[in-house]
Amino acid sequence: MIKGKAFKFGDDIDTDIIVPATYLSTFDPKELAKHCMEYTNPEFYGEVKEGDIIVAGKNFGCGSSREHAPIAIKGCGVSIVIAKSFARIFYRNALNIGLYILECPEAVDGINAGDTVEVNVDTGVITNATTGKSWQAAPFPKFIQNIIECGGLINAIKADKFN
Amino acid sequence: MKATMTQQILAKKLGIKATDPSLKAGNLVLVEADTALSNDVTAPVAIDVFNKSGCALCDAKKVTFVLDHFTPNRDIQSAKQCKIVRDFAREKGVENFFDVGEMGIEHALLPEIGIAKPWDVIIGADSHTCTYGALGAFSTGVGSTDIAGIMMSGKIWLKVPSAIKFNLVGKPSASISGKDVILYIIGKIGVDGALYKSIEFAGEGVKYMTADDRFTICNMAIECGAKNGVFPIDETTDAYTSESCGKTFERFETPDDEAYEKVIDIDLSSIRPIVAKPHLPSNTEFVDELKEDIKIDQVVIGSCTNGRLSDLEQAAKVLEGRHVNKNVRTIVIPATNKIYLQALEKGYISTFIKGGAIVSTPTCGPCLGGHMGILASDEVAITTTNRNFIGRMGAKDSYIYLASPATAMASAIAGKITSADKLED
Repeated sequence: MIKGKAFKFGDDIDTDIIVPATYLSTFDPKELAKHCMEYTNPEFYGEVKEGDIIVAGKNFGCGSSREHAPIAIKGCGVSIVIAKSFARIFYRNALNIGLYILECPEAVDGINAGDTVEVNVDTGVITNATTGKSWQAAPFPKFIQNIIECGGLINAIKADKFN
Repeated sequence: MKATMTQQILAKKLGIKATDPSLKAGNLVLVEADTALSNDVTAPVAIDVFNKSGCALCDAKKVTFVLDHFTPNRDIQSAKQCKIVRDFAREKGVENFFDVGEMGIEHALLPEIGIAKPWDVIIGADSHTCTYGALGAFSTGVGSTDIAGIMMSGKIWLKVPSAIKFNLVGKPSASISGKDVILYIIGKIGVDGALYKSIEFAGEGVKYMTADDRFTICNMAIECGAKNGVFPIDETTDAYTSESCGKTFERFETPDDEAYEKVIDIDLSSIRPIVAKPHLPSNTEFVDELKEDIKIDQVVIGSCTNGRLSDLEQAAKVLEGRHVNKNVRTIVIPATNKIYLQALEKGYISTFIKGGAIVSTPTCGPCLGGHMGILASDEVAITTTNRNFIGRMGAKDSYIYLASPATAMASAIAGKITSADKLED
């Protein structure tokens, strides 16, 4: 079970917003994390705590194919990104580096910044603990959950959990 | 059949019915890949991830490397990249490794030598991997980590795409090729018109689309955002695979319209020679509706989109007995050595050279601004390649028009954008 404070973002958050291209010379999650959302939400890195949740609009992660974007988010301690939809390559990259994501437009509309949100990744149930409302997102099959629990695709294959 | 052609391919791989609930659009499935393709740009990254994992190669037969982007090497850095792939292929016994001499542009080469075939699942670290749907394969582009994952496990996870059916009706005029058809479609639905989705082709018009037309059409599926494109397996496919694989393949069951999110009719008889203007493939206009003369500096005929024999044939027929304009650099690039040799035997190469064009060894080269024909500021090119993004072929203030081989060559002769039927004798 995931539980954390919601940070809200709008539509079309692109990979340059998530981590500006100038910082791409490193793959270190902790370094990248320091610049996560730096240009648009400079306070984000200082406020976000381990386990917190990003809630965003449609087409989250559009733009470049860089894996640095989900790595930066994961490096901040974010436990899951809930969005109305994800850009295709970000979707693949996030799961492949071991970051939970869920698509649930209704939940995005029903969650305000600062709300406490709980997510059961096994069932796909998202609950706004602040308001008591809950929503059903399509849960991930076991092999995807294994990828995330192992910390990414390569680790999951090494652990013989990609099956 | 209530399942799309894409769902039927995935079902066969998974050993389940195509209508199985697990294959509902939007679901995630884990499938065996037949081929993991990468090139001199993307393979070194995949090899690095693979090497760091410490895992063994799952199955060397599934791995295909084609050194085609910056080859013959344009500089020391690209030579290093190729060497990484070459050394890895030799060390691991990867037989499907294609270096200068055997290589061709990957998406022309793989079907030609039978690596890409109907019903296959082909995953490539190159966005134009979607080309092989022309033969009834499922193929799509991914990142290098996914390729490393297949090298380690043989498998790939995929989201089952929803699909748009393009119902091809009417008979195209003789001057229309697959390039005109796909540019027309992209112009109609936009660069994100099929985002995440499969685009599938059906209808009586399919029979007018040659194998080469189908490769061009599926190749550019990504340019309207699609995950993959698929044609039915028919007599045209049979003729192609009889040569490439020495056999023919089982047909798809015809999907009902209900299997699709949307059905769009495309009247092939209404399509005229078309160009995509700078800077998006969707910015299309029929050539006869262009409002002003557009002078050009360079023409490229080639690439994974249009470097096949029939493309060269169309261009050669337009050029035969004529000469390109003195102010136009005309670069022709056969996509593979086999195509090059066939074009030589058929006299097309002679036509190109006598007509003032140059002919290059196979390479992706100018399509992505790599080498072999970079544009300077303010220069204008008309090209048979697939992207006219800002700076794609060189300077960020150069201008690219996408067109069919016939239109590109006609423009080379006229010195300005024109269609072949408007050329003066």
